[in-house]
Amino acid sequence: MWLLLLLPFIGLLWVPFYNMMEPALFGFPFFYWYQLAWVPITSVLIFLVYRSLPPDEAP
Amino acid sequence: MTDQIEWTALSVFIFFFALVTVMGFLAARWKSGPVSEHLDEWGLGGRQFGTWITWFLVGGDFYTAYTVIAVPALVYAVGAYGFFALPYTIIVYPFVFAVMPVLWTSAHRNGYVTAADVVHGTYNSRALELVVALTGIVATMPYIALQLVGMGTVIKAMGLSGEFPIVAAFIILALYTYSSGLRAPALIAFVKDTMIYIVVLVAVVIVPAKLGGYAAVFAAANDAFVAKGGATGLILKDSQMLAYATLALGSAFAAFMYPHTLTGVFASRSADTIRKNAILLPAYTLLLGLIALLGYMAHAANLKIASPNDVVPMLFKTLFSSWFAGFAFAAIAIGALVPAAVMSIGAANLFTRNVWKHYVDPAITHAGEASVAKITSLVVKVGALAFTLFLPVQYALDLQLLGGLWILQTFPALVFGLYTRWFRADGLLAGWAVGMAWGTWTAWSNGLKPLAAISLGDVSYSLYVGLGALIINTIVAALVTAVMAWISPSADRSAVAGS
Repeated sequence: MWLLLLLPFIGLLWVPFYNMMEPALFGFPFFYWYQLAWVPITSVLIFLVYRSLPPDEAP
Repeated sequence: MTDQIEWTALSVFIFFFALVTVMGFLAARWKSGPVSEHLDEWGLGGRQFGTWITWFLVGGDFYTAYTVIAVPALVYAVGAYGFFALPYTIIVYPFVFAVMPVLWTSAHRNGYVTAADVVHGTYNSRALELVVALTGIVATMPYIALQLVGMGTVIKAMGLSGEFPIVAAFIILALYTYSSGLRAPALIAFVKDTMIYIVVLVAVVIVPAKLGGYAAVFAAANDAFVAKGGATGLILKDSQMLAYATLALGSAFAAFMYPHTLTGVFASRSADTIRKNAILLPAYTLLLGLIALLGYMAHAANLKIASPNDVVPMLFKTLFSSWFAGFAFAAIAIGALVPAAVMSIGAANLFTRNVWKHYVDPAITHAGEASVAKITSLVVKVGALAFTLFLPVQYALDLQLLGGLWILQTFPALVFGLYTRWFRADGLLAGWAVGMAWGTWTAWSNGLKPLAAISLGDVSYSLYVGLGALIINTIVAALVTAVMAWISPSADRSAVAGS
């Protein structure tokens, strides 16, 4: 499960993959909406890892 | 900028500023504890902040007023490259989720207040503790100064001139931070963040509607960059891609090494609070991405701007009624108060715990720690104020850039020890020294640019100096540790106090 946390690094640091104008979405070039889309995706990935953790024993 | 005073905007601004001032002073009684009797109370708000308070507090001090001014300014000036703040503030959260709860657990178990406390507890080295503390203090000072620059920009946009308004605002801030400690920015952050969310959501809906939609905004920006030429544009040049990725990664590793962000971590109630925040804080990143687009909207609105830092204030002044512009300016100015307060508290905690306590007054009581920290927070703020009043703004910008590079060099000392006992203090100290020296020298010799060129064969790439320095730092730390372990395998390695 922890490997899910590496996905945002791969998706965002491999710049040539998304450094382009097309396809555009709602007027946003790909470069912009692709990176914005990673915001909710990252939240969901972290949530999935969080859910798989054993209950926290800390106070 | 006109010199006409915008009375409507100013009235709205003063109303909200007065509101948070009252809140700042009353905060001492909020979730009250004996604020002056223990540094945990003044400096960490009693270590009791739950998920929502932490969300507002960390969101409020990580996404600073300076960010709201500077990110759109950079995007306005160069385009896509200025967007590195977006991947940076996304990938920081998987890191926070994995590492910060471990750090919190170690701090909670041993009563640590600062990063340097953790380092001392792990390696039992006064020298390593001291360099981590001093790096934190030195990296934070110019950051506070830049919050003042951000506040000054919006005050100027309302037609007020001279230094009096900013001095007055800062004295008020200094006084309620002194009396209430971390509770003040935590409470004010609720107002600040709510206002910023309203401003940005209104702006990203209404501004494109006035300017003909997002496609028109991007097209106008594209035309401006084509006319301007050089390394600008809606997407990155090939030569910028490595710089973009390394800036994002290096900044993400540096972000939670700063005293102000770590203060937010240590002030949380539990490790679980931090994990939940790693899931919830990206909401601010969405906001930041939208704020960055204000830089393109300025092109679409055909603003004539003297300095890129005026992009955001001018956009609101031009496109919105005076009262909403005043609301937006108040949001940005209050947005400067929260991080400035937390930064001065973080720096004061470091000075008190890791410099004063060991080198001046080892027998200091808990109440004594709190009073030293309170006075230090005043000194830190006066220093930052003097910095902005008497030195060119460019110095603060350059130093903040170097500060990011410097704080990143404390990463091995702080983070590696959470996972492995292999590294030794001597090695980490040597790595820190080499990383600091190489990074500073490289940035300096490039005319204080954060990028260094490296040549591989015929092709030259530029990458973020801070990340390069961190890699060198780590290699040196590992080599020196290996040599030391070979020379004296049985040397006393650590205090093994907890963690």
